[in-house]
Amino acid sequence: MALPVLLLKLSEGMLISIEIFVLTLLFSLPLGLFVAFGRMSKNPILRNTVKVYISILRGTPLILQLMMVYFGPFYIFKMSTPNRFLAVIIGFVLNYAAYFAEIYRAGIESIPSGQYEAAQVLGYNKTQTFVKIILPQVIKRILPPVTNEVITLVKDTSLAFVISVGEMFTAAKAIASAQGSVMPYVSAGIFYYVFNFIVAWAMEWLEKKFSYFK
Amino acid sequence: MKYLEIKNLKKSFGDLEVIKDISLDVEEGQVVAIIGPSGSGKSTLLRCATLLETMDSGELIYLGERAVTTGVNGEAILAPPKQLKKIQGYYGLVFQNFNLFPHYSVLKNVTDALTTVQKRSRAEALAIGRELLEKMSLSDKENAYPYQLSGGQQQRVSIARALALNPKVLFFDEPTSALDPELIGEILKVIKDLAAEQMTMVIVTHEISFARDVADHIIFIDGGIVVEEGPPEEVIGSPKNERTQAFLSRIER
Repeated sequence: MALPVLLLKLSEGMLISIEIFVLTLLFSLPLGLFVAFGRMSKNPILRNTVKVYISILRGTPLILQLMMVYFGPFYIFKMSTPNRFLAVIIGFVLNYAAYFAEIYRAGIESIPSGQYEAAQVLGYNKTQTFVKIILPQVIKRILPPVTNEVITLVKDTSLAFVISVGEMFTAAKAIASAQGSVMPYVSAGIFYYVFNFIVAWAMEWLEKKFSYFK
Repeated sequence: MKYLEIKNLKKSFGDLEVIKDISLDVEEGQVVAIIGPSGSGKSTLLRCATLLETMDSGELIYLGERAVTTGVNGEAILAPPKQLKKIQGYYGLVFQNFNLFPHYSVLKNVTDALTTVQKRSRAEALAIGRELLEKMSLSDKENAYPYQLSGGQQQRVSIARALALNPKVLFFDEPTSALDPELIGEILKVIKDLAAEQMTMVIVTHEISFARDVADHIIFIDGGIVVEEGPPEEVIGSPKNERTQAFLSRIER
């Protein structure tokens, strides 16, 4: 198969990989913050529930979680199977929110109590303190671990093949076995590498944006 | 007028009784220095007075308005939130470790509470901020970030930040303890200048000679109680209590 034809066939898969990537970040980054708040809650029921959630989502393979989201409704509740793409997004968002939550928590807990105390004595309320004083410092501190997760997510999008969502890797596999060629895999590898190169560059730019303070 | 009244303050952490029973009054324009060995409860007293800690029992009154009262069972009762917010505007606190906001420029550190908390206009806040920075000889640093400043400069920014909100009473929690020896003088001078302007201040300090120079009233605390208090020439000049004598002879070289 000529390279242009191969790339054309793979491009559809690329687009889906990018969609999974963008949608997962769009929902899991904010959801992770709420999960982190739950994890740090004074309410023991909420805190422990969230702890179990994080423990399960981090303690089992993502590939298995995707299968559970897709097949679970039918086998457990006798409901119809959900849309494949939707199942992938739900699986990814739930999984990544758990990881992001722990990163957020580490970031929030690393801010010295003096920052809260200074804000309190100056009369900031709790929301103002968090949004104006704490959050900007947290974001600066968590950028490196978040970058790690985001880079992992780029590669993890390939796991969507397990429920036959036609992303990049699924497409490459299909073409490779039909053509008896390794070229589709090489192309897929280059795609993931370039994708991550751009992600790393963007995150580095963001880190620079936050380098004006220490 | 009494700007601050603390009555029968008690505070424990678990089984540790940090403040057994302390009462003190601060008059308008008065400078009170609190001295005492470490672990004596000085900082806890300040933290209770600024509501960073909730006292177990006792009363806390600013300008005649009650922030904390004692209930029938002896427990401390906080005033309603609206009242507390108002009372919080009566005092400021300068921390030992400055606690400046690292992501804000020097000027924004001083002005942000003016716009965020007091809802003043930006122009007004900037005018107040610049005036205070000039007073602290930091006009050339308004766009700098805290990490670019020396400890003494950072502490002056934090004093300006506290003064911006125009407090009636300004607390200092060991304001020179985190500073290099050669930077202590500049902070002590700023506090002396404030004292000359009749600023009401309560200062926890280990600088005994400074306390003697600047304070109208010295309170020596040990073991969670006021052991001795009075004018500096009495408490520091000729202490009557054995514990005060022992402390001063240890600390003064």
